[in-house]
Amino acid sequence: MTELNMTQAQQLEVAGILTQDQASNEGRNWRDYFGFSTDHKVIGIQYLVTSFIFYCIGGVMADLVRTELRTPEVDFVTPEVYNSLFTLHATIMIFLWIVPAGAGFANYLIPLMIGARDMAFPRLNAVAFWMIPPAGILLIASLAVGDAPDAGWTSYPPLSLVTGQVGEAIWIISVLLLGTSSILGAINFIVTILKMRIPSMGFYQMPLFCWAMLSTSALVLISTPVLAGALVLLSFDLIAGTAFFNPTGGGDPVVYQHMFWFYSHPAVYIMILPFFGAISEIVPVHSRKPIFGYTAIAYSSMVISFLGLIVWAHHMFTSGIPGWLRMFFMITTMIIAVPTGIKIFSWLATMWGGKVQLNSPMLFAMGFLGTFVIGGISGVMLASVPFDIHVHDTYFIVAHLHYVLFGGSVLGIFAAIYHWFPKMTGRKMNEFWGKVHFVLTIVGLNMTFLPMHKLGLMGMNRRIAEYDPKFTSLNEICTYGSYILAVSTFPFIINAIWSWLYGEKAGNNPWRALTLEWTTTSPPAIENFEQLPVLSTGPYDYGVSEKIVDK
Amino acid sequence: MKIPSSIWTLLIGIVLTLVCLWYGQNHGLLPTAASDEANLVDALFNAMITVSLGVFLLVEGILIYTAFRYKRRAGDNSDGPPIEGNVPLEILWTIIPTVIVIGISVYSFEVYNEIGGFDVHGGHQMPMAQKSPLMSGTALAATLPDTVNADELKVSPRKPAELIINAAGLQYAWIFTYPDSEVTSGELHVPIGREVQVNLTANDVIHAFWVPEFRLKQDAIPGRETRLRFTPRVAGDYSVICAELCGPYHGVMKATIVVESQANFDKWIQEQLIASKQTLNQAVAANPANLSPDEFLAPYTQKMGIQSAIIHQVHM
Repeated sequence: MTELNMTQAQQLEVAGILTQDQASNEGRNWRDYFGFSTDHKVIGIQYLVTSFIFYCIGGVMADLVRTELRTPEVDFVTPEVYNSLFTLHATIMIFLWIVPAGAGFANYLIPLMIGARDMAFPRLNAVAFWMIPPAGILLIASLAVGDAPDAGWTSYPPLSLVTGQVGEAIWIISVLLLGTSSILGAINFIVTILKMRIPSMGFYQMPLFCWAMLSTSALVLISTPVLAGALVLLSFDLIAGTAFFNPTGGGDPVVYQHMFWFYSHPAVYIMILPFFGAISEIVPVHSRKPIFGYTAIAYSSMVISFLGLIVWAHHMFTSGIPGWLRMFFMITTMIIAVPTGIKIFSWLATMWGGKVQLNSPMLFAMGFLGTFVIGGISGVMLASVPFDIHVHDTYFIVAHLHYVLFGGSVLGIFAAIYHWFPKMTGRKMNEFWGKVHFVLTIVGLNMTFLPMHKLGLMGMNRRIAEYDPKFTSLNEICTYGSYILAVSTFPFIINAIWSWLYGEKAGNNPWRALTLEWTTTSPPAIENFEQLPVLSTGPYDYGVSEKIVDK
Repeated sequence: MKIPSSIWTLLIGIVLTLVCLWYGQNHGLLPTAASDEANLVDALFNAMITVSLGVFLLVEGILIYTAFRYKRRAGDNSDGPPIEGNVPLEILWTIIPTVIVIGISVYSFEVYNEIGGFDVHGGHQMPMAQKSPLMSGTALAATLPDTVNADELKVSPRKPAELIINAAGLQYAWIFTYPDSEVTSGELHVPIGREVQVNLTANDVIHAFWVPEFRLKQDAIPGRETRLRFTPRVAGDYSVICAELCGPYHGVMKATIVVESQANFDKWIQEQLIASKQTLNQAVAANPANLSPDEFLAPYTQKMGIQSAIIHQVHM
């Protein structure tokens, strides 16, 4: 009872803040999207649009890298620029695209899904977003100082201490800002999910996306400060000449690797868990069947979140850590495949026997399942220490990480955009161009990354501008695949802009979905709901409560 | 009469198993296996790719089958059956992957032990604390091997390697020295069938020593010594590739490793000894302190396209 009162009180307080900030309850003015709005829906869209712009920039960099790699010689950019390109590509794709895109969906969806009027801390929310554009611009501007960071996104000392000081310092500041933004977001998501649910929604009535964001945010809170610590110490080594990691002064570069991966392995789950959550929302709606094994999916997110914290040293199997430690990290890494497998089998079982509508969101969700599983399987293989020793730092790793991050996270982002676009804009995206986008993406993705498995196994190391000519033909296939991926973005961009302006009106609930965000108007009013919504059905009760959703 | 679906499932299962077993032996994804360790790693890889292909085909098969079999008919707005779970099935798909990953872990453990991963003498971790006690940063790391020793000694006690080579990585080359014969070379020669231990150090940034044909890799870390052991088995010229980003020219940091018979190896060592003696003598004969500037600079002037007369004028 006390909790209930508190929740209501908080919501009233939030409402109070909002009415100060925005007088009108009408639709949004376009100017709101460029300002310091505290509305979670505006901030969510700000996150998504900003991160998509960075995705395009990072994508251009990837295509420049692939163009250099079309031939074995260095003939397109200088080796220094090449190294900066892949360093910035990785940093942008991780910190400015996938992580903030996840935060964007979480911002937009969590309050709507739990029946709240806004996030718990609306101003903190806006602050967290507004740290991203300056950090991103700073990072890209490092190209202009002629000294761009070029030690890889891992930035291992001593290399990061001896190449391009200015660029490296900019990189550190930028990543620290982005990390801070991520921490602020995580606090907000956790408090919102725990305290702002409508009184009738217990933990097990929560949509699975909220479970996924709860586990993601826990990971962010626990691991990001360690990265910040590592980067601050690295910046001391870089600027003040200390020797935390610098071996010439007695520092230990391997300690940096431990601290870096203590964040950066969980970062993999920070980047995939939100989209596991999104897939758990999309698959039941478009299969017209309840999610198969709600509890197992919810708990598997929490288990992944916990195990994700104790697998980091599998990135360091060749770094000179003791044998027994390698075995420990091998086993934890292997075990993490089990909760991930549970999710995949549960989604397949959800589709099985349903009425699967093969529209754009569902196609991308199925594409996610089909390609993520390849990255998952190669991940289990990589956990095996003797095999990892062979393929560590080769193109096999590049293939694996892109199957997980592109085949997983990016396809998940697209599935989520196609699915929630009608809620965000009130209009549907064009189905035909959605399918064109899907086919081009799947073809381009597999053409780019599948041959890389073989390249790595055969002996091509990563992060190189020139390679053995015997690898030329496979590299050509990868490069042409990356061009297809570049082309695949255009139908999406045009479709999104056109549909936002002129698309078919979607109505409140075009997918006949049962989660709360579909019970309000599209786009939702400024404080989300006319009155406090009441749960009349579980989030996935398809086939159970047919009367709720009109045919 | 209709064939029961259980028969179809059985047949598909058999075909799937056969396909996976065949592919596991015929994938052609790995280069020549040129060391004893490579054969062990390859057997592990073959086993993993067999299981992986099975899981892959199963998931993709179900996914594609579902897309066709359970596609929504146009105009059908009804919902599917409200099945919310199946506990025995969920337990099954938790247990089977668990068994698979534990199996792979145990097999990996075995292979890792056989290639000497736990071995103290050939271990991959040896901080330089003993050599330079002033390096305070390695104090923590120095305690690690002690804890390892107690546990791992009984796992696989090993003889010292038959040939020891010191390898130093620097931007962008490897320098190999043979402590027994004091030969220094940019090319690595190893005899077939003898266990080699490479002691790795790095002079500037982190490098990694990788021979794809040996399936072995070890980082060379400034400030500490790491070790790698292997027994070459197949004669040939392979590449030692730097596998850790070490700067813009990382891609060209390669050295040749020649696996050859003992006789050829001994011959090569002798040749190197003679060659190094000659350069040593020349170096001693030409003590730079006794030379005039143009004599001292003479070997370089030609390369740089400068006439020695000009240098003479400059110094006058």
